[in-house]
Amino acid sequence: MDAFQSLMQGFSGALVPINLLVVFLGVTAGTMIGMLPGIGPINGIAILIPITFAMGIDPTAMLILFAGIYYGAQYGNSISTILLNVPGTPSSVATALDGHPMAKSGRAGPALAISAIASFIGGTVAVIGLMFLAPVLSKWAIRFGPAEYFVLILFTFTMLSALSGKQFIKGLLATGIGLMLATIGIDAGTGIPRYTFGHLAFYDGLDFAVVTIGLFAISEVFLLIEQTRGTGEVNTKLGRVMVTAKEFLSSWWGMIRSAVIGFLIGVLPGAGATIASFMAYATEQRLVDKKGTFGTGDIRAVAAPESANNAAVSGALIPMLTLGVPGSGTTAVILGALLALNLNPGPLFIVQHGDMFWTLIASMYIGNVMLLVLNLPLVGLFVKVLLIPRYILVPGVAMISYGAIYAASSSMTDLMLMTGFGLLGYLMRKTDFPLAPVILALVLGPMMETSLRRALSLSNGDWGILFASPLVLVLWGLVALSALVPLIRTLRRARAYNDSEQH
Amino acid sequence: MKYFKILAMVCAFLFIQQSAMAFEPRNVLCIAPSDPGGGWDFTCRNMAPILSDLNLVKGRIRTQNMPGAGGGVAYAHVVGQQKGNANLLVAASTATTTRLAQKMFQGFDADDVRWLAALGADYGIVAVSPKSRFKTLDDLVTALKENPAGMSFVGGSAVGGWDHLKMLMLADAAGVQDLKSVRYTSFSSGGPAIIEIMGGRADVFSGDVSETLTQLEAGSLKVLAVLGDDRLPGVLADVPTAKELGYDVIGANWRGFYLPEGVSDEQYAYWSDAMKKLAASEKFKALREQNGLAAFERTGAEMDEFVLNQVKSLEKLFARMGQ
Repeated sequence: MDAFQSLMQGFSGALVPINLLVVFLGVTAGTMIGMLPGIGPINGIAILIPITFAMGIDPTAMLILFAGIYYGAQYGNSISTILLNVPGTPSSVATALDGHPMAKSGRAGPALAISAIASFIGGTVAVIGLMFLAPVLSKWAIRFGPAEYFVLILFTFTMLSALSGKQFIKGLLATGIGLMLATIGIDAGTGIPRYTFGHLAFYDGLDFAVVTIGLFAISEVFLLIEQTRGTGEVNTKLGRVMVTAKEFLSSWWGMIRSAVIGFLIGVLPGAGATIASFMAYATEQRLVDKKGTFGTGDIRAVAAPESANNAAVSGALIPMLTLGVPGSGTTAVILGALLALNLNPGPLFIVQHGDMFWTLIASMYIGNVMLLVLNLPLVGLFVKVLLIPRYILVPGVAMISYGAIYAASSSMTDLMLMTGFGLLGYLMRKTDFPLAPVILALVLGPMMETSLRRALSLSNGDWGILFASPLVLVLWGLVALSALVPLIRTLRRARAYNDSEQH
Repeated sequence: MKYFKILAMVCAFLFIQQSAMAFEPRNVLCIAPSDPGGGWDFTCRNMAPILSDLNLVKGRIRTQNMPGAGGGVAYAHVVGQQKGNANLLVAASTATTTRLAQKMFQGFDADDVRWLAALGADYGIVAVSPKSRFKTLDDLVTALKENPAGMSFVGGSAVGGWDHLKMLMLADAAGVQDLKSVRYTSFSSGGPAIIEIMGGRADVFSGDVSETLTQLEAGSLKVLAVLGDDRLPGVLADVPTAKELGYDVIGANWRGFYLPEGVSDEQYAYWSDAMKKLAASEKFKALREQNGLAAFERTGAEMDEFVLNQVKSLEKLFARMGQ
């Protein structure tokens, strides 16, 4: 009951008016930051740091504020993803797969509502996990070395082979495009530039936001140009705003499962919300998608990744707080701010700053409730975005996208690249190629490559390191399982097809 | 044509007028050549504004992030398009000089800008797990001499980056001939590299003091040596410097600024003087200490010379590595 008592104390700290206000400001700002494509929580927090220092805000309030922005942004992200098909971060791409089709078929309301509910469940499960398991899980994070990461990412890829569904070859090609794009830039393992063609602009590789917004949003503009002076068709079917009890119940266990998956993967530094959301999507697809409705606007397929990415975000706070090692870019920025305040997150943090830790946990419960209360009633308002005629909406999105990208990087090259990716996205859509594998490969490809090379560099070239720990063997088992099952199924189907061809 | 001449004369006149007046920076912009967060961003957002507080610069100093190519995009921009702009500061550090020495800023050299100041430094450290077979720096160096490929180093910089170079400088100072065989694995930052030490998968961590403070307090890392001139205060007071152990290696990751080329000597003098005053201010000292940075001051011509020398000696090291 020790944790419970500490939590009660935490609540007494979190419920003071100033902290309540700070949670509210944090989650509201987070939602808004998440809604705008191209501006991530990392930029928002980095810019706020000097301001909060200058204002002399109490460290606890500051931590609450930053954490609020961080998990709040995950709520906001799903809004632009579902309504406009513009995922703002890699962790929302899985949500787009079914979220946008739902919006297109007039079910934007339920999609948004379930994503808010799933985010709430994911967030809450993760906070409970954070509360009881933080010290234990930091040990789990330490056991994950480069070899384990490599096999984990391999596992993610094999899990996702089913994503492209009927267009297996096209999905594979799209993955190939993503992997090729991922090799652009300076190779950290050797310091040698690859595929930069001597241009400094390519040295850091391609910015994720530039590629995603180009592929998803800008290609939409091109599609629209094609239909100019068309019927001026407006998607007036708004439908229900809330989810039905049946929809909710059908997603319930999926949300819980995804929250656990998301939390465990989120704890691993560097893996984070993207792997978590796709892993949750793929797991649900295998467990509950009996009729093959995933990918066409299945509400369970929106609930799963949304629950997982929120849980992952809270999970990522664990290595930051208990090991002093940030699990993501945003937690790295938060860590920097804490260090500057002479608070040293690390193995002793919970012991030395217990009051602060428990106040943060309590504030996260409160923040998640606030986000739910804030987001659900606003669903009715957000869906009205779809009433805006597309010939205004889509260029508007393009304008915001160009503005946001330029504000973040001050680079004309990025804008041109984004336009280029818009064209690529347009061609891919016209020829029925799936877009998500490109993004996924772009995010996971470099992680897989560097993990393998790090593992081999640590072992001085001995491939045995890939089979050296019990953990890595378990992961290999999962890879084998997830790769073989669909392969056998495909082969069997192919044989049946061939047989029918011959006759 | 005639109008053009008049216009040119007017411009020239105005220009002379302006430069005849005492230089006073206005609308100062600070370019952080990275995304928000991290060292350069800190230099612009936290260090530079103290200039306004001290009234050395009128008005607020704005920060612009210009990420790309590890500072190369900003470098190219400043050399190519900001010539003579005396109202522009650019954040820099050892990472900038390392890349210049590696010729990674294609076509640009260290003398294409005016180096202004270094205002603090994060000293390098050599750390191992408390359970490590190396109890002292001597243990480590002896083993390294016997077999340069016999241990794995990890750090947060790329291969050929600062964390890698510090270990090569150490190996070099210890008399290791075969620098190419020294095994270094790069991670995205110090944190993940430390996890490899904690998980027992790597032997030696090369990093900076600020990256290790949290682990030191908890005892999950053991620092064998500090790569500084003198011992550091606080948690590291008992840790010897490599220098006192007989290895002459200084690994100071300095933080500072450069100006575009083409600023007048008067403007350059104004800025170096302002930087001196900044470094001496109480407010700056407090900020520096809060962020785990040690005192390290070079301004004006001294800084220019320091940087050019650093780049030269790093170039030699790269040549020996065969890069």
